[in-house]
Amino acid sequence: MSPPVAAGLDPGTAPDTWTGKFRERSVKAFPPDRLLPDSQPAYVASWIYVFGALTIGAFIVVMLSGAVLAVEGPAWWHKSNVGLFVNSTHMWGTEFFFMFMVVHLWAKFFMAAWRGRRKATWITGVIAFMVSIGTAFTGYLSQLNFDSEWIGTQAKDGINSTGAGAFWNVLNFGQMFMWHIVLLPLLVVIIIGLHVLLVRRRGVVPPFAPTERQLARAGLSSAGSGIVTGTAPTSPYLPQDLAQPLPQDLAQPLPQDLAQPLPQDLAQPLRQAEPEPPQPVSGPPVQPVSGPPVPPVPQAQEPPAQKDQQGQKDQQGQPSDEQQDQPKDQMWTLPEDPS
Amino acid sequence: MNHMPISGGTNLLGAVVHLGGVGKYIHWGFVQISLANVIIIAVMIVLFVLAIVLPFPKHGTRQK
Amino acid sequence: MTATSASYPAGGRRTRRFRPDRDVAEWEGPYRRYDLLKEVFVAFVVALLLVLICSVVFSSPDERPVTVKSWSNAAPVDFAQTAMTELDGTSFLASYGPPYNNTPGAGQMLGPISIEKAAGVRIPIDTATDFVLEPLATLPDQPALDAALAEYEGAPSPQQANWDAAYEKVVANATFSNGKLVVKSGPYGPVGVLISDLESMARSGALDGALLATPQLYSTDYTKPLLFIADGGYLADQAGSRHLQGSQWGMMNETGNFPGQAWLWLYTMWYQIPPMNSSSNGDVEVWAIMMALTVLLALVPFIPFLRAVPRWTGVYRLIWRDYYRSLDGQVSSQTPPGRHSQRR
Repeated sequence: MSPPVAAGLDPGTAPDTWTGKFRERSVKAFPPDRLLPDSQPAYVASWIYVFGALTIGAFIVVMLSGAVLAVEGPAWWHKSNVGLFVNSTHMWGTEFFFMFMVVHLWAKFFMAAWRGRRKATWITGVIAFMVSIGTAFTGYLSQLNFDSEWIGTQAKDGINSTGAGAFWNVLNFGQMFMWHIVLLPLLVVIIIGLHVLLVRRRGVVPPFAPTERQLARAGLSSAGSGIVTGTAPTSPYLPQDLAQPLPQDLAQPLPQDLAQPLPQDLAQPLRQAEPEPPQPVSGPPVQPVSGPPVPPVPQAQEPPAQKDQQGQKDQQGQPSDEQQDQPKDQMWTLPEDPS
Repeated sequence: MNHMPISGGTNLLGAVVHLGGVGKYIHWGFVQISLANVIIIAVMIVLFVLAIVLPFPKHGTRQK
Repeated sequence: MTATSASYPAGGRRTRRFRPDRDVAEWEGPYRRYDLLKEVFVAFVVALLLVLICSVVFSSPDERPVTVKSWSNAAPVDFAQTAMTELDGTSFLASYGPPYNNTPGAGQMLGPISIEKAAGVRIPIDTATDFVLEPLATLPDQPALDAALAEYEGAPSPQQANWDAAYEKVVANATFSNGKLVVKSGPYGPVGVLISDLESMARSGALDGALLATPQLYSTDYTKPLLFIADGGYLADQAGSRHLQGSQWGMMNETGNFPGQAWLWLYTMWYQIPPMNSSSNGDVEVWAIMMALTVLLALVPFIPFLRAVPRWTGVYRLIWRDYYRSLDGQVSSQTPPGRHSQRR
């Protein structure tokens, strides 16, 4: 139901429009400091993490050199020294693009980077790889030289065997060239864009949770280690939870609030020395409880540091400095194992 | 098209290292691979190992 | 995307079992300074420098393509022999099947299915007409040739077949001298004139143009000349000397000593091993294998055994060694029992 159009309608007050809905969903999924972060979790500290960016860097080189080749057309570089140089940058750009991309793939595999609802990130990465191979292939076909000729006449057998050759003719230069300079680059850009957005949405995958043995070596056990194995719905982002209380909080006031005054509220004044882990957003600040079940704790996958702490501060009225005192054994919360 | 001889040579217009001419290939069991590709793959493996092993600067970490 | 409140009934217990290869423990620890845009910019500069250096040092290959003209001049007997197979329908292309023609029994099978056949003949090519007879007919003022064409095209099929077979026999031992194809005489009717004139047309360069897709000036479709050239032995020989043939893992290679497409290693590997390396359905078999492996790669996060490999191999311990070391340095400051110890 759309609001009546009024003179002097303020911007942002028609959220039921397509635009408004899209804007609100986008901002919710990608708040600016998550989209363009200036901090990362401390575990993002290895040179292996640069290969995604290097892949994109090489891709930009490929696109720019391709654009220069496009300015003069596909026959230019066969006749011009400058053109041959630009073609070289396009070719080496492609070599480095694949080198960096595959190292990035190896890294993401060994980090099991699909964990924590990052499967789509992995899948878009694989698709980007495959579409890139297709783009490179059409590029080789567009060279107008011996390479193109041989690659085309050989590859046609493979492609024909799948039936695709009836529609996608690798010996048709015009068709292959337009796929190479129009359709496939567009597709690659879209897929890379989705891939990067997914990375920003979920954040960089955390390390594998410490094993019991690692905890034991560190003198910790999972019980009392600060590892919360309560409910951990992987709610994406904390600040919005603060901004918008979850509907269920309004619908179902938590029973324990009414039935059981929390013992430690009486026994132990609100902690000042030990910082709290992120609290569930449920109207009134909820103190950590030991008895009744803790309500779902919306955990950010990668809460930006400043906002997160500020949010907690606002939520609980506690100074954010407390976070600095948080022992490292409270760095983790695990989803509950119902066994 | 003035710099494309067919006879195995390529006019590379002043390339410092001439990569035209007859290619060098490595035969290893049933595998045949060009030296150039072997170098590329070796570089990738070296990059991967170095990236994992080399220490990363620690500045900028803050407890929050 | 908001929290999936529907998954959390009153009491809010999530009942999914934690699996370390699928789920993560959420990070609540320290953060470090990071500059996203600067990193991408630096990465671009690094990539650009590497590319510029390699371009200056190595340049890139550009070998001239084989044309019908260069082929027929360099290997005139091979050209004549290939042209004869196109005329009599025994060439690789003439018996290819879809998408070029409807040869019975042609078309690769994957088990009981031939997707190739299902796609149909969408690039129809009649090798005798398209590669020999029609191009010859475009030559002006050739009374002897016109007569030979009329004689051949007017003859019944069995007669044509007899002529073709007779010429096949003699062209196997053909030579080339003084700009002319030299074959023994025989009962091959007008075929000798046709092939000989086609040879001259090819060597002059006129056949390249005549084979292009459209009769008007502009064309961007090189299907016919490329297929004709590929039917000959000359192109394959040139490729073989550059280590580009399929059996040489050529799919990965580039001319000269340039790096090629190393990422195609797995695709070309299947062509080297049985049964694909000798199967008449080898292409579709390899494609099927690669499609399956690609899907498998994409679905690794869902496959319990595969997705556990990173944890088992332990490379992650090197990558995140700083974090894991930091655990060792901790005092085991136990929080009061009961607090946060929700482990069930």
